[in-house]
Amino acid sequence: MAYSDKVLDHYNNPRNVGSLDKGSANVGTGIVGAPECGDVMKLQVRVTEATGIIEEAKFKTFGCGSAIASSSLATEWLKGKTVDEALSIKNTDIVTELSLPPVKIHCSVLAEDAIKAAIDDYKKKQGVPAAEPAVEVGAH
Amino acid sequence: MQMPIYMDNHATTPLDPRVLDAMMPFFKDQFGNAASRNHAFGWQAEEAVETARKQVASIIGANAKEIVFTSGATESNNLALKGVAEMYGERGNHIITAATEHKCVLDSTKKLEKHGYRITYLPVMADGLVDLDMLRESMTDKTILVSLMYANNEIGVIQPVREIGKLCKERGVLFHTDATQAVGKIPVNVISDNVDLLSISAHKMYGPKGVGALYVRRKSPRVQLTAQMDGGGHERGMRSGTLNVPGIVGLGSACHFAAAEMAEEAKRLRYLRDKLKDRLLSELDETYVNGSMEHRLPNNLNISFAYVEGESLLMGVTDIAVSSGSACTSATLEPSYVLKALGAGDDLAHSSIRYGIGRFNTEQEVDYVAEKTIAVVKKLRELSPLYEMVKEGIDLTKVQWTAH
Repeated sequence: MAYSDKVLDHYNNPRNVGSLDKGSANVGTGIVGAPECGDVMKLQVRVTEATGIIEEAKFKTFGCGSAIASSSLATEWLKGKTVDEALSIKNTDIVTELSLPPVKIHCSVLAEDAIKAAIDDYKKKQGVPAAEPAVEVGAH
Repeated sequence: MQMPIYMDNHATTPLDPRVLDAMMPFFKDQFGNAASRNHAFGWQAEEAVETARKQVASIIGANAKEIVFTSGATESNNLALKGVAEMYGERGNHIITAATEHKCVLDSTKKLEKHGYRITYLPVMADGLVDLDMLRESMTDKTILVSLMYANNEIGVIQPVREIGKLCKERGVLFHTDATQAVGKIPVNVISDNVDLLSISAHKMYGPKGVGALYVRRKSPRVQLTAQMDGGGHERGMRSGTLNVPGIVGLGSACHFAAAEMAEEAKRLRYLRDKLKDRLLSELDETYVNGSMEHRLPNNLNISFAYVEGESLLMGVTDIAVSSGSACTSATLEPSYVLKALGAGDDLAHSSIRYGIGRFNTEQEVDYVAEKTIAVVKKLRELSPLYEMVKEGIDLTKVQWTAH
């Protein structure tokens, strides 16, 4: 299977790899997927509480190259957005940006789910009811 | 060192230049039809085919008359299973095989099931071997055939063929073995192994693609088959179709060289394979060999690198050709059913890499492959949330995952 240049770039130089303090009140963590399915994504955001702007985004992904690229791209897009703007990122935007083939669309869906799960976690910590239907978050 | 490095020799092997030399005349001047009985072109072709038939028979301890040429092991397996089922259908309708067989065996038995045959799919033990007691207990008065592979194409595990053959002989049940990965790599003998039918492929032993053979026993018992390809009655009526003379010459030649060099070559391959295994296991934690190391082809290594997904690993080693049991590398989006059958868990199946070392691999290449694999696994583990969780002491089996 041939990978697009953008997928290869994110795979070879993943952006924002790492972890934030999941115990912190202004950090939202989303873990989606399952090892037996071959993909697990962990996506975290650190939000400036006063402005609601995402200062920092980090990821770690177990999965194929497209899954790694989707989550790496998601962290790039998250930085500087408000939490509500973050929820407007759609999996189809990721598919377009990375030129994912049909068999890899689930990687982009997983990245969107990870974003929602992370934002949802942050909102819960802040005592704000989730705007979107809550995405189930893995134990962490 | 020439890049990329090919180390996927269970998928196919490069053609040995000596084999190509043997084949060349039959693509050119000696183009005759082996079935042409009344001119020199036909005689030459027939003579070449008969020489090849002896070479093929010789590597498995058979008689040349017991060799039926086919288009490859897929056809040989189809012919063995469907041909026996059809021929012996009145005696019984039960066939025994195993969960880890090649797809062409499993899909043939599935088709037979639709035609009223009853199939037992034996599970395998954690090391990939079938349980002989379970095989014995599965046999009934209706059992006509046992089909179990000699050596597995993914994990290289060698089944106790001799014991299986003995068991079948005692019960008067025919025994077919798909020996595609074994012939030319390890000693195979249809007499001492008590085999009645045996499938061979040329391109797994440095011969050309598109040619193979089926050994069909002629004495004690005389095995009969219903042909699956009708026509001119070639190959004792078991497989019609003009013989692929250059291919058959290539298969014969490949058998000749493999037999002549097997002892030395197996030693060399085992040394290289063990070197690769030892380096990977000593420099990486949470790394597991899939299947028995004791009962295994000398050139096979199948390893799971826990918490790293197979396709992403392959992506990092683009200058090395190996394969993965990960779902993402298969057309079906299912992880390897062979590894699942070992009970290793889907997560380890997703994390597996198969190395198949071959005749043309060098020690320098093996060292490079080890080094590169180690570097990429380490990099991907830095990226892996699972590896991080395990290092934090989290039991991944207790986590409530969100399946998707």
